[in-house]
Amino acid sequence: MTSTVTPEAAVRKNPSDPAAPGPRRRRGERIRRIGLPYLLLLPALFLELLVHLVPMVIGIVMSFKELTQFYIRDWGTAPWSGFDNYKVSVDFSAPVGKALLHSFFVTVGFTLLSVAFCWLLGTVTAIYLQDNFRGRGFLRALFLIPYALPVYAAVITWVFMFQHDNGLVNHVLHDQLHITSKPSFWLIGDNSFYALLIVHVWKGWPFAFLIVMAGLQNIPKELYEAASIDGAGLLQQIRRITLPSLRPVNQVLVLVLFLWTFNDFNTPYVLFGRAAPEAADLISVHIYQASFVTWNFGTGSAMSVLLLLFLLVVTGVYLVFTSRGRKAADV
Amino acid sequence: MSSPTSPMAPPRSFIWSRRIFLTLLTGFVLVPVYVMLSSSLKPLSDVTGKFRWLPSGLTIRPYIDIWSTVPLAKYFMNSLIVSVAATLCSVVIAVFAAYAVSRYEFRGKRVFTVTVLSTQMFPGILFLLPLFLLYVNIGNATGIALFGSRGGLILTYLTFSLPFSIWMLIGYFDSVPRDLDEAALVDGCGPLGALLRVVVPAAIPGIVAVAVYAFMTAWGEVLFASVMTNDATRTLAVGLQGYSTLNDVYWNQIMAASLVVSVPVVAGFLLLQRYLVAGLTAGAVK
Repeated sequence: MTSTVTPEAAVRKNPSDPAAPGPRRRRGERIRRIGLPYLLLLPALFLELLVHLVPMVIGIVMSFKELTQFYIRDWGTAPWSGFDNYKVSVDFSAPVGKALLHSFFVTVGFTLLSVAFCWLLGTVTAIYLQDNFRGRGFLRALFLIPYALPVYAAVITWVFMFQHDNGLVNHVLHDQLHITSKPSFWLIGDNSFYALLIVHVWKGWPFAFLIVMAGLQNIPKELYEAASIDGAGLLQQIRRITLPSLRPVNQVLVLVLFLWTFNDFNTPYVLFGRAAPEAADLISVHIYQASFVTWNFGTGSAMSVLLLLFLLVVTGVYLVFTSRGRKAADV
Repeated sequence: MSSPTSPMAPPRSFIWSRRIFLTLLTGFVLVPVYVMLSSSLKPLSDVTGKFRWLPSGLTIRPYIDIWSTVPLAKYFMNSLIVSVAATLCSVVIAVFAAYAVSRYEFRGKRVFTVTVLSTQMFPGILFLLPLFLLYVNIGNATGIALFGSRGGLILTYLTFSLPFSIWMLIGYFDSVPRDLDEAALVDGCGPLGALLRVVVPAAIPGIVAVAVYAFMTAWGEVLFASVMTNDATRTLAVGLQGYSTLNDVYWNQIMAASLVVSVPVVAGFLLLQRYLVAGLTAGAVK
């Protein structure tokens, strides 16, 4: 495939070199060249502003307002409430704050487990599929199916499988393997955390597999050849060559997986509906519930802003501690 | 791709561990796919009673009924229009932006890339309500119906894939030798000519990868689809909920509809996944 990109990219020694001057370079052209990049960026910039940044600013403003359903038609007239929404959100002795804190811890635990499993499955599979054997191409395509399936179609199938009376999971665990003494509930109660985790890993691990597989192609074969001539076994090669070479890839991968999992709304929403069980109350659904079900948009906005601040801090710290982060920030 | 990474044959223990692992993993991946397929061919009595691995009788009835139980064809069209439009716009805009970042030095370049990338970390829930209010306000002020319309959804979705697309294409364009488009400039092409005639053709795999990603993002989105659509513009993400009524859940029809909805995107993805891997190699991973 395109594993030849590295030498080509190396040709480009000075990235700050502006486009090479043509033979008939004139003033007008010069101005056009300076304006051109901005012109090219304009559509992207406008849309990002319209759909992401402006709403974010509105969201921050809303978090300082007493925004209930009475003001939603004309939200500008809602009275200011200062930091009240924030105080309510972080008052962990009162019900609202307590529930938020609970949801936060559930989300952190869930995210760490999901990212770990996705990464592990993806990496092991990519390494196993690294050399050529019969059926490799077929397996590779097969493993990408969960990733390609639309989330609602995939998750609704899991909902069916987790049904108490007519689901596959209880049929296998109870009727066929006799592991459980009576059919369990999977979509309510404490089990819902594991149900969500399984679905999320099933849907998410192929992405890790895809990225790691791409990363493996960039490792020069000579490294392995040299290592095997020196007598390094397969496990040693994986430990000394494969994993260290994947470091930059993994740093990006883990960050992306973390952000996606932490912010995921689709999976729990399709799995549980508008109100997730307490054990699997991920923060996105929790905030959705706080805003759209209990109609308290001000508090919901404050919670969203707190969530964003948390993600900014985590991402910032992460980027500082990874070398790839420094590079990515300089793009 | 085809040559083995390790010059010596892997030891037998490795081959056996690989066989066991891959068999288990294949089971894990395929069970839901099998459930989807087999249940979609079962009569209703099979899916409302105890789960059975094999249907008591095969029927294609669910595949006929799905179109009348809910207006699936309409939802399908809506999803198709929204996803294709969002993909096309997103790709064109990302190509321009990535070209600017890859080939030019300009003030604010770093601010731009960092800003665009950081929008990736915003939780969707943060701007769901503000965006809804913004669209309503724009509609009231200008008469452009964004809320509830396909246009609003297209606009929203195309920005979801934009940051990732721009990021990937920058990496991809960087890997296209500059000499190529510089030669085109010398030959009298304008910068846009160089982009369209040289850089874009050389970066086709990356562009296809980005398009696949954009399409999948739009086709699978649930949150905004459920808040920002009405009866006329409902997409599949919301429409599939229509198979559960107060009395019955037509699981066989839900599975049939899920399959119908999935086939185009899975087939497209599997056909084009080579490009996605190539694109990731050049873009995201470098």
